[in-house]
Amino acid sequence: MKMKGAAMVIAALQQEQVDLVFGFPGGTVLPLYDQLYHSGLKHILVRHEQGAVHAADGFARVTGKPGVVFATSGPGATNLVTGIATAYMDSVPLVLITGQVATRFIGTDAFQEADITGITLPVTKHNYLVKDVIDLPDILAEAFYIASTGRNGPVLVDIPKDIFDLEGPFNYDRQREIPGYKPTYEGHAGQVARAVKAIKAARRPLIFAGGGAVRSGAAGELRLLAERGRIPVSLSLMGLGAFPGDSPLFLGMPGMHGTVTANYALTEADLIIAVCVRFDDRVTGRLENFAERAEIIHIDIDPAEIGKNVTIQIPIVGDVRLVLEALLKRLEPGDTAAWLRQIEEWQVKYPLPAGNGGDGGRLKPQFVIREINRLTRGEAVIATDVGQHQMWTAQHYCFREPRTFISSGGLGTMGYGFPAALGVKLALPQRTVFCVTGDGSFQMNIQELATAVGNKIDVKVAIINNGYLGMVRQWQELFYAGRYSHTALTGNPDFARVAEAYGAKGLRASTPAEAAAALEEAMAVAGPVVIDFMVDPEENVFPMVAPNRPINEIITGGNNG
Amino acid sequence: MKHLLAVLVEDKPGVLTRVAGLFSRRGFNIENITVGETVLPGVSRMTITVEGDETVLEQVMKQLNKLINVIKISNLSHEPVVMRELMLIKVRAESQTRNEIQQIVETFRGKVVDVSLDSMIIEVTGNDEKLEAIKQLLHHFGIREIVRTGKIALLRGSKISRDQ
Repeated sequence: MKMKGAAMVIAALQQEQVDLVFGFPGGTVLPLYDQLYHSGLKHILVRHEQGAVHAADGFARVTGKPGVVFATSGPGATNLVTGIATAYMDSVPLVLITGQVATRFIGTDAFQEADITGITLPVTKHNYLVKDVIDLPDILAEAFYIASTGRNGPVLVDIPKDIFDLEGPFNYDRQREIPGYKPTYEGHAGQVARAVKAIKAARRPLIFAGGGAVRSGAAGELRLLAERGRIPVSLSLMGLGAFPGDSPLFLGMPGMHGTVTANYALTEADLIIAVCVRFDDRVTGRLENFAERAEIIHIDIDPAEIGKNVTIQIPIVGDVRLVLEALLKRLEPGDTAAWLRQIEEWQVKYPLPAGNGGDGGRLKPQFVIREINRLTRGEAVIATDVGQHQMWTAQHYCFREPRTFISSGGLGTMGYGFPAALGVKLALPQRTVFCVTGDGSFQMNIQELATAVGNKIDVKVAIINNGYLGMVRQWQELFYAGRYSHTALTGNPDFARVAEAYGAKGLRASTPAEAAAALEEAMAVAGPVVIDFMVDPEENVFPMVAPNRPINEIITGGNNG
Repeated sequence: MKHLLAVLVEDKPGVLTRVAGLFSRRGFNIENITVGETVLPGVSRMTITVEGDETVLEQVMKQLNKLINVIKISNLSHEPVVMRELMLIKVRAESQTRNEIQQIVETFRGKVVDVSLDSMIIEVTGNDEKLEAIKQLLHHFGIREIVRTGKIALLRGSKISRDQ
């Protein structure tokens, strides 16, 4: 069948069963938006392209399907870059369709021309500049295939304006054969056998799982491995939800703001079963001292992750769900009773600082998070921004299911949380969706309140408002002798009134009692609500490991109630 | 330590940028890179010399493999190979030195490919040591310009790097 380039894009989305697109129109995508007009495809108009890509990212993280974004050439495309880099670092499948100036203008510094394939080269899994409409169907099919297979990631397709209007044959073949792209899914049987042996011999084993365990749908297998093997579990920030947060075998997150128990366990373990983790510096602390006593089994679909930061004794390349399945078939548990007793001792001795919100009626941020947990019965999907509130959410909300904690882990993108929460809610209209944000982060994409109101997207925004860029301020307090250089956010608006001005509901709470009441009120209202929680401004996130220190040198206390 | 890699890539726009960008982004040192066609339609071959220890080499190969347009990487460092590079040298040559230069060129099985009143262009092919040796000798006469193609290499015998 012959059709125009613009129609090919829409037809490809239909073939891929895409029913939701996020975007912002402009000159070079006029033909695409014209084709969209009668297509029946749902499109969410954002207020800034960065909002579109984060929303598509949130959608993709909860559904596992590629999020799709349209943007115009030049500034439209460059506004996507932060969002693309965010998705790339956290292995999120996205397909980004950008307009480009017409073929004959490419390279002439034409109006709204930017070399977006060049710019996004280091932050996409792959990208394409379409030069001939004949190639377009295959490129679109490849883009979806590459984004959503192997280690997932963003793929950008840059389409010049004239290509949208040119006609060509449309045959869409989802089964791609790409000579240089053959992901490994099955784990090597010999390596799996070695892992089985190591687990049986281990006396102090620890499972340490990350985002890949969530993405590959391996939560069930992970749980079986932990429970049958009597092996405790720690999850990276990206892994939260892959194992029930209320299980006695769960130790919490390791690393810079992890629990004492998780950090001690990583340090003392004789075997670490690392499941799709990157051994990021925020987890390992000083590398030379990381897990010195342990043999490490590393399961990952991306061979380049194995041995990148930490030396691995038993590498297994493959899809973690399939590898764990194979492992479970032959699993023989070792004797871990003494180890579990030791861990329980640590858990009792070193609980998380509670922040009960009791001292002088000051509202503590940890209390707010635990109230959200209580009122949603731990069943909400929580998107966060980046900073102190993100760490408090990771510590104090009990995530029990995969794909319920949505956060920019690798890149640490402030401004991610709110648009991501919109994408989450559109994907899961039945679920309660919260965005936990900060007064700094929220203002990086506050304009998306219009998108939420205009499309009646029922997201509850909890602003942990301390009047500071709190995490940076904490570092200034601890490592820069309290010189708060440009971290006080003077000039903050009244967020509740901003929300009201957009047509959303706005609430404010300054005491523990007000906080609980505001949360109940917010949950009773249909539609977007912003709650401004005025918390103790100089509360710090603890425990904490200073940068580049061994992770068992952990500071547990400070000013927490 | 130097490693010699043969990399088969899809002949698509931007492939060289992708490979070169990867090296600079991840802090790997390329000492040498050449690209050319192969017997397979649509497939080019890059010959890359990279500097670094075994850990660096492993990461280089794994990261290259992740590029969608990279089809196959072979490490030729420990294999018997024929390696060649072509060098053109423009050397100062007056009538009294011309014969002497000619003799050096013949010893190295090079060719004089251009002559003017006061200079010659010499073409010479070989491995690193040979090219360095003739360069040293000609230095004495005054080298005005040098251009080199970069190294290319093939496995000896009937084995081809695609089979590895």
